[in-house]
Amino acid sequence: MIRFNKVNKWFGRDHHVLKNITLEVKQGEVVVVCGPSGSGKSTLIRTINQLEPVNDGVIIVDGITITDPKTNINKVREEVGFVFQHFNLYPHLTVLENITLAPIQVRKMEKAAAEQLGVELLERVGLLNKKDVYPAQLSGGQQQRVAIARGLAMRPKVMLFDEPTSALDPEMIGEVLKVMQDLAESGMTMVVVTHEMGFAREVSDRVIFLDHGEILEDAKPEDFFTNPQHERAKQFLRQILAPMHQ
Amino acid sequence: MDFSSIVSALPDLLQGMLLTLKLLVFAVAGGIALGTLLALARLSSNRLLSFLAGFYVNYFRSIPLLLVITWFYFIVPFMLAWATGKMHPVGAFASSLVAFMMFEAAYYCEIVRAGIQSIPKGQVNAAYALGLNYHQAMRLVVLPQAFRKMAPLLLQQSIILFQDTALVYAVGLMDFLNTARSRGDITGQLHEFLLFAGVIYFVLSFIASRIVLRLQSKLAVGQN
Repeated sequence: MIRFNKVNKWFGRDHHVLKNITLEVKQGEVVVVCGPSGSGKSTLIRTINQLEPVNDGVIIVDGITITDPKTNINKVREEVGFVFQHFNLYPHLTVLENITLAPIQVRKMEKAAAEQLGVELLERVGLLNKKDVYPAQLSGGQQQRVAIARGLAMRPKVMLFDEPTSALDPEMIGEVLKVMQDLAESGMTMVVVTHEMGFAREVSDRVIFLDHGEILEDAKPEDFFTNPQHERAKQFLRQILAPMHQ
Repeated sequence: MDFSSIVSALPDLLQGMLLTLKLLVFAVAGGIALGTLLALARLSSNRLLSFLAGFYVNYFRSIPLLLVITWFYFIVPFMLAWATGKMHPVGAFASSLVAFMMFEAAYYCEIVRAGIQSIPKGQVNAAYALGLNYHQAMRLVVLPQAFRKMAPLLLQQSIILFQDTALVYAVGLMDFLNTARSRGDITGQLHEFLLFAGVIYFVLSFIASRIVLRLQSKLAVGQN
């Protein structure tokens, strides 16, 4: 579904942020990308829908070579949902309008059909009673669930999550992870950048550990957590799993 | 002081005010439309487009409005003749309107540009991530938010424009102030007429400023 072949990216001349990334995500797979801050994991996930262009290498999404300059990137983005750390809901639109905007404008869906779809998705994330309020009136966890519904409204083939719970108060993390877990169980292909190791262990099929722009580990979660190969991965796990004993 | 002749001049004064308001409404609408296009051009990644828009804005902000009004009055008929090959009579109203639109667009551009820049990058990214193109992202996501934020400033600029419309006396248009002045001259009650005109300008501008303040506090509440 997603394939990276020797992808490189630099910020400026000196900062080599992605180094020779080669990676494949199969249909229905849930892949967690983790690593220390500044390791390039957000950049990596943003290259999948070209919010970040790359300098070198090939990225293929759903059979389309998105690194080819001739590719109409908007067409690919329609098929790839993206959930941001800071939600990025549209503050001037209601919750339902946030969800129906892209289906109506991009998919040219009838307004009534789009609203019907919006209502179904809000029910799925448990926020149907909030459909007519504005994002500012919602908690962070609720906003993120709306953002997930907004992404799903395009009926994407892949959903990307860029630290979806990092901006949330601790008590709201669970409700968002629950929605993501349901989505994973429904068979959605997902790539998730997160520090939530519980989610990685229980929901993901594979964990990728990134450090200084390089993939150091690419393993099943049970192998990654019990038997990490690389010293930096071991250190990362020690720090993130027992933050009080650094 | 004798205000009696003002009463009999009221129909004329009303005509003058209608001209002033007509000029104002068209100039604001045209100025904001052109100003928005200029703002998008200035923010464009196309260097040439951005440079040309920047040059336009800086040029019009560096010359007096009175100059633009008189200049257009003389030059617009020639430009039309040059473009179409025959002379068209262009009234003072049309040439003034074009002058106001083009002049004010430079100021509206800077307001709209600041408004667009105040919208977080994440909003554009979210629009792109859902498959919207540049035009859809601007029209549906960025500009509605920018205009909401900038509404008080746009209105403020329009109040200034309302006062500046009086400059059309230079090309002989009978707007509100020019009507008042001319009736004052005829009746020998210039002071009274000018005082009256001043009161009317003050009242209208004052009401409009109050609306701006209202709008500002309302928008401040609505923000997250």
